[in-house]
Order: sequence, then structure tokens, then C-alpha cells
Amino acid sequence: MSLVSSNQWAVETRTRASSMFFVIAAVAVLIAFAAPFFLSRSGIQDLFFILTMLVLAQCWNLLAGYAGLVSVGQQAFVGFGAYAMFATVILLGLDPLVGVLAGGLMGALLAIPTGFFAFRLQGAYFAIGTWVIAEVVRLSMAQWKALGGGTGTSLPTTATRDMVGVKLVQDIFGVRSAQAVDILCYWLALILAVASVVFIYRLLRSRQGLGLAAVRDNTVAARAVGVDALRIKAAVYIIVAFITGLVGALIYVQKARISPDAAFAVTDWTAYVIFIVVIGGIGAIEGPIVGVLVLYLLQTLLADYGSWYLLALGLIGIAVMLFAPRGLWGLFTERTGIQLFPVRRILTGGTNKTNGGTNV
Amino acid sequence: MALLETRSLTASYGDFQALFGVDVRLEEGQTVAIIGANGAGKTTLMRSISGVLRNALDQISFDGREIGGLSAPDVVALGVAMVPEGRKLFPSLTVEENLLIGRYGRAVEGFWSLETIYEMFPILKERRNNPGTALSGGQQQMVAIGRALMSNPRVLLCDELSLGLAPVVIKDIYAAFPKIKASGASIIIVEQDIGQALKVADQVYCMMEGRITLSGKPSEISREQIHAAYFGAHA
Amino acid sequence: MSVLDTLIQGILLGGLYTLFAAGLALVFGIMRLVNLAHGDLIVMAAFLILYLVTGLGLNPFVAALIAMPVMFGIGWALQYFVLNRTLGPDILPPLLVTFGLSIVIQNGLLQGFSADSRRIPIGPLESASINLGPIAVGVMPLLTFASAVLVIVALNVIFYRTSLGRAFRATSDDKVTAGLMGIRPDNIFAIATGLALVVATIAALYLGARANFDPTIGPARLIYAFEAVIIGGLGSFWGTLVGGIIIGVAQTFGASINPEWQILAGHVAFLIVLLFRPRGLFPRAVD
Repeated sequence: MSLVSSNQWAVETRTRASSMFFVIAAVAVLIAFAAPFFLSRSGIQDLFFILTMLVLAQCWNLLAGYAGLVSVGQQAFVGFGAYAMFATVILLGLDPLVGVLAGGLMGALLAIPTGFFAFRLQGAYFAIGTWVIAEVVRLSMAQWKALGGGTGTSLPTTATRDMVGVKLVQDIFGVRSAQAVDILCYWLALILAVASVVFIYRLLRSRQGLGLAAVRDNTVAARAVGVDALRIKAAVYIIVAFITGLVGALIYVQKARISPDAAFAVTDWTAYVIFIVVIGGIGAIEGPIVGVLVLYLLQTLLADYGSWYLLALGLIGIAVMLFAPRGLWGLFTERTGIQLFPVRRILTGGTNKTNGGTNV
Repeated sequence: MALLETRSLTASYGDFQALFGVDVRLEEGQTVAIIGANGAGKTTLMRSISGVLRNALDQISFDGREIGGLSAPDVVALGVAMVPEGRKLFPSLTVEENLLIGRYGRAVEGFWSLETIYEMFPILKERRNNPGTALSGGQQQMVAIGRALMSNPRVLLCDELSLGLAPVVIKDIYAAFPKIKASGASIIIVEQDIGQALKVADQVYCMMEGRITLSGKPSEISREQIHAAYFGAHA
Repeated sequence: MSVLDTLIQGILLGGLYTLFAAGLALVFGIMRLVNLAHGDLIVMAAFLILYLVTGLGLNPFVAALIAMPVMFGIGWALQYFVLNRTLGPDILPPLLVTFGLSIVIQNGLLQGFSADSRRIPIGPLESASINLGPIAVGVMPLLTFASAVLVIVALNVIFYRTSLGRAFRATSDDKVTAGLMGIRPDNIFAIATGLALVVATIAALYLGARANFDPTIGPARLIYAFEAVIIGGLGSFWGTLVGGIIIGVAQTFGASINPEWQILAGHVAFLIVLLFRPRGLFPRAVD
């Protein structure tokens, strides 16, 4: 038994740094859950922004960085999810949290017809196609008079006040309902962020993830070994639409006011997201995490400078793309070799070196 | 002094070294043939001379100038034109446009013009408005040769002219060589068809694994020597 | 409004969209580069013309003539020093760099010119119209359409009848072999983008003279342009004109039913064409 195992090859994706990181990450998540106990309301709102942007960025990274689907129309799913939530609350009179779920489902549902159009387009044209689709969805929502048409509408205050869990949070923290809604949304965003990172990490380490990498690197070769590129890409597109819809709905539960121009804003839901991924590092799960922190830092530093902020962001994005196409995280990995979410497979063992404990 | 000369020419594709110190001389008015098996480095040599691959500046000289580090457009402008392996006609251009583009980087008046090329290859005049890629292999090769000649080059590089062509077509192509020589161009041909190479060349170099293994006048070297240089002495 | 009137207004509007699209088609046809900043570059050219008109008191058409070489230079340098570095088999770098550029130009213009709506003053020409049979047609829309046709003819002549055009096509086919012809691909690409911005300047003149503009309207114009190019099919300039007209006609008919449907109708027309002809109406044989 020991003899066999010592000579066996083993495929690993974990590294020592990553194992250590998981412990630290688990502690960080626990602290983050406790954050409402020691952070001010504006601090919680900032964290909510960071977490929701992180989820959107992870989604876009999965699309563009792994599946090769460069979409500039993800605002379609943010806005559609948000509108679905509003419809659930205002028209059906249901709980906003049910609305959030509906936002995700409607996002996924929307992805089926839009994917049908967008997937007819290759490469760069796919990007344009997604943008046009997002515009069509925006203009259509602006026609929905029951939800305020072009000017938009607000959630009734009673709806958020009576939302499941708000009473409980109010009692725990002794805060007013508006702040309780913020805290609740923050927790949901945290759960969503952790869940999406874990989900993407597991996806990339799975058989399907391997297929995805094969498709990205060489579609023809991937097809030759039996990977159905279109099916995998379509699945990723729909899953991402689901998560993006959830996030969009959640963001608008917290904002409580919607308009087509804001909910489908290309700057807020696509430009920022793309810069987060590009600056942080495309094609790595760590990238969006680094990127969202950089974005938040820049936003805080340049808050008083209006359009200079976006101008600087654009220039940094261009510079990173030209000179460090793997982003800040890519630079870091190159120097240190550290990977926190290793998805690359590492071959270990196979020599007479003892590897793994059974025979020691 | 030689018109064109490589001195200890080395070339690599990333980690893979393809040429290990190659010395080739082309005298004014001469035709030099370079023969060797697949992978011997012949095409790399041509890509180096033509500037597609960049080398150390002093490893290649032309007419007294060091050109090893120049880009392809710079080398063309000096008067070194290439007929690339596989002909490489531009599919978006007609036959005549393919010829005309040959003088884009060097519009020098000389013997070669649309008229003289159509005279040499009359079939091209008939098919001048067809897309270049609609022609037969042999006709495409004629366009590729004409395209290179349009710049009235002082040195014409021909890479694997006979590749993929029927023997009778190869004969037609090489029938043009006396005329090209008479126009004053010096020629380097790379050939796997040794018989054809020996027929037209004044000087032959044989390459193997990135090195020159044999050189001399066709009349002075024997079949056995070529065989040894081509396949290695122990083959 | 009669159907015929709507149709003619739509065709003339298509002229404007063709002008937005022609530069894009040129650049895409030659180097497969999708320039997401094209709309913002048009707006930038409009501000340049506006500056020359209001600052120096020039006639708008003279101002556009002066702006053309400036925009050519900007396009040339942009391609030569920035965009050429992004070309390659991976489509991400050009998309992301031009997307970043779009944000940079928009916010640079906001910083320099504020978010106010502007218009290039062209005097009495603005409201002038002539009667074509039963229908009154604005002189500016007519001029726009004529310019669009002229631009398409000129691009076709350059592309198919000149040495530069041969170099464009040869470089597009095969960069390495083009080098063996003495063509410098980097320079050819830079010239192409320069030319695209000359066309963008013409588009900017009519954009700024016919309606209000502000620094943020570029992306919407870019979408119309792309729709025209994709409907037309890659690499066909006449196809781009047809595409522009289809978008224009769809928009005016949409607007004649309900003003809020104007833009939506254009997008829907685009999606319908895409559904039946995913490669456009006049696709090139080899892609």
C-alpha cells in the first residue's frame, strides 16, 4: 500500500499559500459578518457597495476572463433584476426578498432570448450585440408605465420596513428600520459574495472548468477532445445572468428608488466592473478582489474631483491593459508565485520522493 | 566584395536555435542555390535575409551596408525582394494588383514593369482581373515571382519555388530564369529539387541542421558529396 | 406625416448614421479593430469644430476643413502609439483599451466643456428647406446624405483604386507578406485610423449642426454606427450605407407611431436583420 502510493502521481490544485489563505479568509468573513456591531451606517453602506461590485466583477471575470465572452451589456441583467424585484413588490405585493430571488430568476430567463441573439455574433461583435440588447431592455422598461416609465419609481416604505428580518435586526441593534434594511442587505451581499467566489472557484476546479479553460485556449482543440464550447459558454452566460440579476435586485432593495437610466447605466454596472477586473487582474479570482479595493480607494481619494475620477480610472485601465495585461494581481503572482485560488492543476508525486503521509 | 553576404549568421525562434553560424556569399550577377532537407534552416535563412526575422546588424551585409537588423520594408527598399514559400498571394487583390503592390516599397524604374512581366508570363495578362488566389498553383507562382520583380530588385530571393507543383509546371517556372538573370538581378534560390537547383546555380550551398555542410560550384561537387551533406555522413 | 415623407426623412437620417459608421467600417475592415471610442471621438471632433467656430469666428464648413487634418493626426498617433500594441489574436486588449479611451474622452470633455448642451451655429441654413414635389426636405439633412454618399464613394475609390487602398487590403490579408512588399503595417493601420477620424469629423459637423450635443452622447451614436456596419456586412462600404438607411428609416417610422419608440425601433430592426442574416446583408466572401 505504502509502496504504491509513494510512486503514484497525484493531481493537486492546492498550494501551501492557498491553504493558509483559506483559514485567513474564513476569519475575515466571520469578522465581516460582525461588522454591523462596530461599523457606522455609512461604513456598512461602503462595504455593501464593495461587496456588490465584487460579485458583479467576479461574474464579468468569469464571462470575459474564462469564457471569452466580452460583454459590455451586463447592465441589462442588473436593471432587469432590479425591475423584476420592483414588480414583485409593487405589483404582486410580495416581500422584497422574494423580489430579489425573482430578480435572479428573471435575469436568467432574460439571458435565454438575449443569448440567442448575442451568440450569433463572434468576438468583438458579441460585445456590441450585448450592448444593443441592454439598450433594448432599458428602452422597454422605460415603457412600463406601472413602474414609472422613463422617470422611475420608489419602493413603498412599508414594503422595506415589513421585509422579513428587518424587525429582528432592529431589535438586535436597536436601530431604525432604514438602517436595519442596510444591515440586512449588507449581510445578503456578503453571503452572495462568498457564495459566488466559492461557486466560481469550485466551477473552475471542476471538469466543466477544465473544459472552459480548454475552450478559452483553443476552441478547435477543445472540440476535438469532446468539449462542447457553445454549451459551456451558454451555461456560463445564463448562470452569470442569474447572479447579476440577484445583485441588481439586492442593490435596488437598498437604494429603494429606480429609474431606467440608473438601473441600466453602462458606467455604473459595466464600466466600473470592467475596470475592477482589468486593474485587479483578468482571468484570476483574486483579480476582482484586488480591483474592487483599488476602485474603492480611488473613489474615496478622488471623490471631490468629479469627472477627473473617471478620467483617471480610464487612464489607469488603459495603462494596465497595455503594460500589465494580467493586472495588479498578475504582477504580484509573477513576482511571488503566490496563488490564493489556485485553479491550475499541479502534478505531484511520481518519483520515489515520499509525498503524502501514508508510508512515512 | 560580394553583393550579399551572411557572416556567422545565427537565428532563433524563442528557445529554439535554427541557424548556427551560416556563411553564404552571393556575387553580383550570380545565382546561388541553397539545398537541404526539411528543417535544415533554409527558410529561416531566407527570412533572415529578407528582414522578416531580425538578426544582429553585422551578420548580413548587402552592397557594403550592414542590413542584419533591418525590417523587411527597409530591406525591400534597398533592393532585396523575396518570393516567399507558399507564394502568399493577397486574396483580396487581383492578379494585376498583386503585381502592382510589388513596387509599393520600391518604385524604381528598370527592366521590369507590368508589360515585361506580362510578356514573360502571358497567361497572367489574360487573368489580370481574377483574384490572385483563383489561379492554378503554377500561375500563382508566376504572380509571386512577378510581384517580387516589380520592385526591380538587385537581389531576388526565391523560397521553394517548386513546392507542390507538377514537374512540367516547375520546368515552365524555371524557364523564366535566364531572362531574370539577363535583367541584371542576382538570385538566391532555396530548393528541395536538387536537380533543378544544380541546373540554374553558379554556386551551391547545402544545409543541414542549421549549418552549411557543403559548398561549391555544381560542376565540382559530386552526387555522393551532396548525399552526405544532405542526410548526414552516417545516414 | 405621410408614409412617403417618413420614408424620405428616414433615408436622410440614415445618411447621418452612415457618416458615424463609415470610419468604423474602414478600421474594422482593415485591422479587425472594434473601436469603442469612435462615438466619443466624433463628439470630440464636434467640440473642436465648435471651438473653431465660436472661438475664431470661422464658418462651420471651413472649421471642419481645418479640423480634418487635426483629427487625422490624432487618429494616426492614437493608432501608432497605442492601439497597434493591442492588435493580435486576443480580442480583449483592443476592446478594453478603446473602452477605457471612451471613458477618458467623455470625462475629459466634461472637464473641459462642462455637461451643457451645445450646437454648432450654421445660420439660416439650419432651417432652410427645399420642396421636392409634394415633400419639403431640409437642406441640412439633404447635405448630410449627399456627404454620406460622397464619403462612401471616396472610400471605395481609395480602397479599390489607389496604391494606398491596395496596401490596406494587402496588410489586412497578411501583415508579414505585406512587409515583404515594403509596406509598414503599423503605419498603414495608423493611416487607416487617421482617415476614419477624418470621416468622423464630417460626421461631427452634421451631428453638431443638426441637433444639440454634449460630452456624453458618444456611446449612443457608436451603437447606431455599429448597427449600420453589422447590418451592412463586414468590409462593404455600400453595405454600411444600406445599414445606416435601415436604422434611419426604422427610427423615423418608430417615431411616427410613438415618439418614445424611435430609438427602440432602430435597435429592433437591427436585431431582426441579425436574426435572419447574422453576417449582414453584404458579407465578404472571405473573412
